[in-house]
This record gives sequence, structure tokens and C-alpha cells, in this order.
Amino acid sequence: MQNENVIEVKDVWKSFKTVQAVRGVTLNIPKGKFIALLGPNGAGKTTMVEMIEGIQKPDKGEITIMGKKWKDNEDELHNLIGLSLQETRFIDKLRVTETLKLFASFFDLGEERVEEIISIVGLEEKKKAYNVNLSGGQRQRLAIGIALINNPSILLLDEPTTGLDPNARREVWDILKNLKEKSSTSMVLTTHYMEEAEYLCDYIVIMDNGVILKEGTLNQLLEGADGNPKTLDDLFVTLTGRMIYE
Amino acid sequence: MNRWFRFNQLWQLTKALFLEIIREPGVLFWGILFPILMSLGLGLAFTKKADVIRKVAIVSDIAKSSAPADTTLITEFLRKRCEKNITGEEDSWKWKYAIKDDKLGNSTFFFYDMEWDEAMKLLKRGTINVLIAGSDGSVEYHFDPMNSDAELTYLKLSNIIGKGTLLPEKSHTEIKPLTVKGTRYIDFLIPGLITMGVMSSCMWGISYGIIEKRSKKLLRRLVATPMKKSHFLIALITVRVAMNFIESFVLLIFSMFAFNLTVQGDIPALLAVFLAGNIAFAGIAVLVSSHTSNTEVGNGLINFVIFPMTVLSGIFFSYQNFPEWSINVIKGLPLTLMTDGVRSIVNEGAGYSEVALPVLILTLMGVTFFAAGLKVFKWH
Repeated sequence: MQNENVIEVKDVWKSFKTVQAVRGVTLNIPKGKFIALLGPNGAGKTTMVEMIEGIQKPDKGEITIMGKKWKDNEDELHNLIGLSLQETRFIDKLRVTETLKLFASFFDLGEERVEEIISIVGLEEKKKAYNVNLSGGQRQRLAIGIALINNPSILLLDEPTTGLDPNARREVWDILKNLKEKSSTSMVLTTHYMEEAEYLCDYIVIMDNGVILKEGTLNQLLEGADGNPKTLDDLFVTLTGRMIYE
Repeated sequence: MNRWFRFNQLWQLTKALFLEIIREPGVLFWGILFPILMSLGLGLAFTKKADVIRKVAIVSDIAKSSAPADTTLITEFLRKRCEKNITGEEDSWKWKYAIKDDKLGNSTFFFYDMEWDEAMKLLKRGTINVLIAGSDGSVEYHFDPMNSDAELTYLKLSNIIGKGTLLPEKSHTEIKPLTVKGTRYIDFLIPGLITMGVMSSCMWGISYGIIEKRSKKLLRRLVATPMKKSHFLIALITVRVAMNFIESFVLLIFSMFAFNLTVQGDIPALLAVFLAGNIAFAGIAVLVSSHTSNTEVGNGLINFVIFPMTVLSGIFFSYQNFPEWSINVIKGLPLTLMTDGVRSIVNEGAGYSEVALPVLILTLMGVTFFAAGLKVFKWH
């Protein structure tokens, strides 16, 4: 990976009580690229993303976003990042438009941007609906809309399609694919769906037990692996001896 | 735009949190109608004196005595002055004695004929609270002296049996029921209901609101933006204080019309106490909710604050009945300070000078608890 790196992770370690969640991860994310952190539950993907978001502090190592560390640069970095957390619930009795206006106000943005986002995530028909009345897929599209509201340079999505039915998942993918084509936003996406990583991302990082097992483009991963795996599923079995969803 | 103050951000947060509350149908009932219903129920119970029914057990030795020689006061009273139940139904009263009294209200005594064991069972259940036993001309009143209702039944009975009236007809003693505003129970109750409402509303509205938003990861999502953390808390507190003002105002106006309650003191001083009380409870609420994301733990913490003060701070009955050593501690509780302040303005005509100290203490309490809460506040 050449290009200018928007995120640089250098030998990062993180543990919680007796669990070593991330062990010596080094990772560079170039501008405009979509990166998948792929791995089963407990692989350390969410902890890695939370450290990039600035929510968790690494025990050891260094993370820089656009060359800046979180310490002393919080306001500036919050303006550069858009994120969607796992299972966030917004205020139930707030309408879609009101929710977006609220988040837009944090970035000094107005109604025009709110309307743009509603159009980007395809929630025109639900703009007056209360959040509590949205389906799982619509809720996730709203979460992505909120993540995009500040036109972020870096988008962090933590398992954005977990728990969604295939149609809703496809709708989310379409939004992200469209974003990739039309903007220079860099994206880090955590997932345990192989097909999601394959479909959306330029570069795939396979993690398990807090370490990076292998990384590269889809072709690099498949061609360079022992046993000639045909899919990422096969590759994961080759690397770990088990299926990703076990 | 000022870096430390962002009006649109604060306005959108306030609007969102206000809409969250008013769009919940239960808010109208529990926040506004329920306190009115409670004041109505308690107000009617304590202002319009209904006929009081007192049930007394007569153990069989006295009740069954038919010997002409038995001239104890009680048997004579039952035979000569009481109405006897002729239906003969089991479990029904055997004698009845009614007192009509314009000043003290009407009372009716029902006497039941029963064995000792059965009488004790009803005493334990609270069906009766005085038991009369005795033989060979003696009369024994059995009751719990710690039970004020039982004691009153005894005093009334012991006076009636023998003299036939509660007070001698030509006594120099005369009962003059107090009707001066500020001395009625309802005058005591309404300020307590208002302050208790403020406490409950702050604790549930702010504390539980924060804990719930933390458990839903909404706080974490909000602070991953350039949102000013102070603006979120200011909006949350502003919305709650506004709701408290509406709820208290409606209850006060209702009480003025329904119970002829008047605010005898200074209205701006009342507002100052109200605001200081809100500041105190908002501060406590932020501290209580500063760390946990578990709503069940939150429930426990909120009840830990609310329950003792509801019992101790003299909302329904005066705290002067508590042991002497505890009175000064009780007087220092925020709910007591606020309630005493509001009562002194509403009922005693107090003004700024009388409530300045509680206003200052409540405000300092609020600021201190708020600062301590912020120090340990967990946004993630």
C-alpha cells in the first residue's frame, strides 16, 4: 500500500483485565481506500476501531490520524471522522430529520446537508418517522447517514450489517459502494462477513486473537496462500483451522 | 462563533431532549395528572372529614354476661346505650354506638362479640385495634400504645363509657376547629408534593435518562462528534427544570382552585427556592448517574437517594416526630431544606431574608455534586 496514509497504527497493544485484545498490531490506511478488518467475534476488531476512534487508549504503541494523535487534537479529529458503532440506539421519539439536524448542529451544518444525507441513505419516505418505528435496515442506514453528515475524511464502521436481512444488507452495501465511487473518503469497516469484505473493500486485514494473520488485496490474499484457497472462507480455514463464524 | 458556546448546538440538544419527553404519553399522566390526583385524594381525605368507623372486640366474658348483678360500666353501656344487632348474622357486629359531632366529625363504634384468640387474630390483621376484656366487674383495654389510632379509640371509648359524651356539656373546654389558611393539612401537603415531585423528576429524568443513554451507547456516539459535553448536560438539566416548573405550576394552580391554597409570601423568593432545589437535585442526579451503564444499578442508586428523603423530609407528616437526635440531620437534607423553604413562603408568608440561607445551601450542594459528578463522569 503506497499513497498517503490517513491512519497509521504502530505496534499497538491493548488488554482488558486478563484478556489481551490487541497484540502488536501495525497497520497503515491510505487515503481514499476501503479497508476491511475481518475476523470472528473476539478477534480484536472492535477494540482496534475503538482505539482509532479515540474511545480506548492503547496500552502500548501509537496511533495517528492524518498525522495527529488524539491527545490535544480531539476537536479537530472529531471533525474529520464519521463513525457508526455497533448497536447504537438513537432517541426513540425523535424523527429521522430531527435526529440528523441534531447531529448536523454539532458540525455547524444546516438543513441543506440534512436533506442531502436523507437522499444519500434513501430515507426520503421515512424522514418524518420516529426512530423507534424504523426497521433494522432503516436504522442502520440512519446510523450511516449520521456518520456521513460531516462529509468525513475517514469513515469507521463497526459491523454495519450485523443482524440485517440480505436485502437490508445489500442496501447498506449500495450506499457504501456509491460513497466509494463519488468521494475520497477512507473507510475502515469491521465485519465477519467474507462477502462484505470482498464486495466493498480494496484491502482486507484478517485478524484473530488480537493479531493480524494476513493482509492484502483479495487477489494477493488468495494467490499467496498455501493450499490455493478459492475464497476468503477457505483462506480463513487454512490460516486458523476453523470457520470464521464458529 | 464562540468556541465555548454554540447556540445552535445547545438549541438542537434542548429541543431534542424536550421532544423526547413530551412525545411520551406517560409523561402527561405521571408528571402532571398523577400529582394532581394524589393531592386531590389526600386533600379530600384530610380536609373533608368522613365518618370514622372504629371496630372494637368484646371478649366473651363481658359480652355473654347476663347476670343481673353484673353492673360493670361496659356491660351497662352495651346494654343500655348501644343499638343491638338483631339480625344475628355470624361475623357481624353485635352492638353499635354512633356519635354525631359537627366539629370533630361523626364516629361510629362497632362492637364484636368474640373469643380471645379470634380477637387477637383480628388485632394482628388490623381489623380491630382495641380489645376489651375483663371479668368480676373489672374492665381491661388491650391495645398497642404505640398505635396512635388505637390510643384515640381507647380515649374516646373510655370517655364515652360512663359519661356518654366526649366532653362534658358544661365544660370550660371548647373545641374551635382551625380554618386559618396555612394551618390545614392540605397547606402542609401541597408544598411537600411539589418538592417531592422536583426530586423524583430530577432523579428519574436526569439520572435515569443519562444511564439509559449510556447503556444504549448514545452518549458514546454523541461524544464522538464535536458536541460540547457541557452543552449536553446543560440541555438535559434545562429541559428537566422547565418540565418541573410546568408540573409544579399546574399543581399549585390546581390547589389554589380546589383547596383555596394561597401563597402568603414572596413569589420571587418562592421561585428562588424552587430554582435552588432544582439545582441541588440536578447536581445529585448527575453524580448518581456519573458512572454506571446498568439500568438496574441505576434504579437502586436512584431509590437510595429518593426513598430516605421521602420518608424523612416531612413530605406527608412532620419530621418533628422523629427522635430528637435525628432532627438536625433531617433538616440538612436537600429535600427538607427545599420543602421547609417552600412551606415557609406558602404558609407563613416568608420572604427573601428567611429563605436566603436554604437557597444558598441548596445551590452550593448542587454545584458541588455536579462538579464531583463531572469529575468521574463516564461518557463511554
